[in-house]
Amino acid sequence: MSNKPELLAAAGSTAEVRAYLDAGANAVVVGEDRFGMRLPGSMTLEEIREAAELTHSRGSSIYVCVNNLMTNELSNDLPDYIRSLGEIGIDAVEFNDPSVLTAVKEHAPKVKLHWNAEMTATNYSTANYWGNKGASRVILARELNMDEVTEMKPRLELEAQVQIHGMTNIYHSKRRLVKSYMAHQGRPVEEGNLGKERGLFLIEAERQDEKYPIYEDMNGTHIMSSEDICILEDLHLLMAAGVDSFKVETLLKPRHYNEIVLRTYRKAIDTYAADPSSYAFQEEWLDAIREVQDPERELSFGFFYKEQVY
Amino acid sequence: MEAMAQPKYKGKRYRLDKPELLAPAGNLEKLKFAVHYGADAVYIGGQKYGLRSNADNFSFEEMKEGVEFAAKYGAKVFVATNIYAHNEDIEGIEEYLRSLQDAGIAAIIAADPAIIEVAKRAAPKLEVHLSTQQSTLNWQAVKFWKDEGLPRVVLGRETSLEEIATIKEHVDIEIEAFIHGAMCSSFSGRCVLSNHFTDRDSNRGGCCQSCRWKYDLFEDGREDAAGWVSEEDQLMQQAAPAPAPFKPGVTQIPLFQPQDNPFTMGSKDLCMLEHIPDLIEVGIDSFKIEGRMKSIHYVATVVNVYRQAIDSYMADPENYVLKPEWIEEINKAANRPLNTGFFYDTPDHEDHIYEPEEKAVPYDFAGLVMEYDEETGIAVIQQRNHFKPGDEIEFFGPDGTFFKQAVGRIEDQHGQELDAARHPLQLVRMKVDQPVRFFDMMRKRKN
Repeated sequence: MSNKPELLAAAGSTAEVRAYLDAGANAVVVGEDRFGMRLPGSMTLEEIREAAELTHSRGSSIYVCVNNLMTNELSNDLPDYIRSLGEIGIDAVEFNDPSVLTAVKEHAPKVKLHWNAEMTATNYSTANYWGNKGASRVILARELNMDEVTEMKPRLELEAQVQIHGMTNIYHSKRRLVKSYMAHQGRPVEEGNLGKERGLFLIEAERQDEKYPIYEDMNGTHIMSSEDICILEDLHLLMAAGVDSFKVETLLKPRHYNEIVLRTYRKAIDTYAADPSSYAFQEEWLDAIREVQDPERELSFGFFYKEQVY
Repeated sequence: MEAMAQPKYKGKRYRLDKPELLAPAGNLEKLKFAVHYGADAVYIGGQKYGLRSNADNFSFEEMKEGVEFAAKYGAKVFVATNIYAHNEDIEGIEEYLRSLQDAGIAAIIAADPAIIEVAKRAAPKLEVHLSTQQSTLNWQAVKFWKDEGLPRVVLGRETSLEEIATIKEHVDIEIEAFIHGAMCSSFSGRCVLSNHFTDRDSNRGGCCQSCRWKYDLFEDGREDAAGWVSEEDQLMQQAAPAPAPFKPGVTQIPLFQPQDNPFTMGSKDLCMLEHIPDLIEVGIDSFKIEGRMKSIHYVATVVNVYRQAIDSYMADPENYVLKPEWIEEINKAANRPLNTGFFYDTPDHEDHIYEPEEKAVPYDFAGLVMEYDEETGIAVIQQRNHFKPGDEIEFFGPDGTFFKQAVGRIEDQHGQELDAARHPLQLVRMKVDQPVRFFDMMRKRKN
């Protein structure tokens, strides 16, 4: 664990890996859509190898997202896939399904494990449980608030990763919901035409201002948040708490946007690391992001300052 | 009647010869009905750590009473402790689980290792069943949990019969599967719509069923739409200057027409009644009915039917026939259209609900038989919903009691004739056409 937190970006191609490293990321997460979900792009093993060489030549880290909920069929293919990732020399695998943990320990024991259970990674005890099973990092749920994150950190026996920018997944179904809806209307659509590139979104009857992106792929239907998390103003709180890795979610954003976001956070992280005591947030940093922000998507603190009930 | 198709998959149960019928019990009274009507086990919620924070969950005292009641029938009581805990929930888990153990609870249903680990250490008499909230779909994950000491895994509802067969082939463990009731259309636990729409934490019991709300579907019409960029475009972009800034208020292309039903994610309810042989032969250990929030009438009716179907098949698999009256019965309790979930294939457009929902169940629980006098044919009925002379009613009970009649003369306990049974729990005497037994139920079609 170094003093300076890692700035991690999801990337969908070698070109994106290069661009995001150039923009200030010092770690990237990539993957193939059979095994990983909600990736900005699907990369073959060959492309991952290329990206790994590039990343490592910059002294940066590359992780592979293998966070799918595995079927028998997929879990049978895991050993080969994991072995190949081990041979490539990637730094860590992000996992959710225990079958991935088992496969990594058996077939690529040098590769680290990052526990990525999205909305279900909500407490230190469970994170430490997966730590005992071999994980070196927990990727915390985006639905936690600031107090929960900062209180959790000292009780964690493994690294903590927090998403600081971008959209989040709020619903995942194995069902093809959009395809089914179009079929129900008697206007069926062809396979593969409901993906990320289509720009589909939902509006709930009583929330006309909120646009929730929705898309389908081989893993089912995904609905994303209507807001983009932007924790920039309070990043110092997370840095002071010792959060090890900050993730920028690049999914469904143009590369240019992501580059500006990464550059901005890089500036903030470096400024803080240089001298935490004199660190002050600069409004102009946020302005740089606002300038490229989709005006129909609010920049928000996500759940960092929300009171949730149940 | 046409012979049933032979079950395709064969698997072995882990501990039980006959599959367990596991029913929901939202409160003590529902527990008693579920057990009396044939459940081998019931699952309930306590005051904490369950996913139905709106249900009138059990106190420890009620749990003890429930356990004692169930024990008389040889039935077990499980407690759902199926939340994904937050830091603030951790303290108190141990004490809570010890209390469950002391109350005689047989098992907890848990998803979060924060709860599972404490149970193993502090309340070792409690079995731990892995909740469906973990979305376990493959045998290697099942094996992981077996190696962790769990005797049972409740599979994700996305698992097919074929996949269950494969899991059974590879791992010797109890498999529990939902066979009836409402379903999350998402992977269970992988939905925070409630958190986003209403600040209610779905994974701690606050789900407000936003998936069943009404949505409109649009396509983004702007040329520089945020989002996916093809590899070619990326190369272009590298050479070209940055794209123009976003313009507000650009085109939203509706993907619906004014007369269309809105988009919704609501799933039809699961019903596997017509496929009991497949479920039994594939080796599923526990058949789970959903619905801790459902009514007494629902629980009793559904349990009663599945009990009869399972017993009938187990008694004589060769000559098993699906009785049309079972299907009629199930439909009397159904409050949504039914389907077979993921057991045979991935649900498509016919498996979702787009039309306005008619949630009303067609029948009311009108009365409960308290006593019956064989000589006079008079039953004492405890009123549960309004009924009056002339109403068409049905009596049903465990082991197949079933007949229809019209309500004749009714009188109160003092022999005073009544024009209607108006008061909840009032005792009413009436003549019945066939023998009935204590705890048989009387239902009435809603007007």
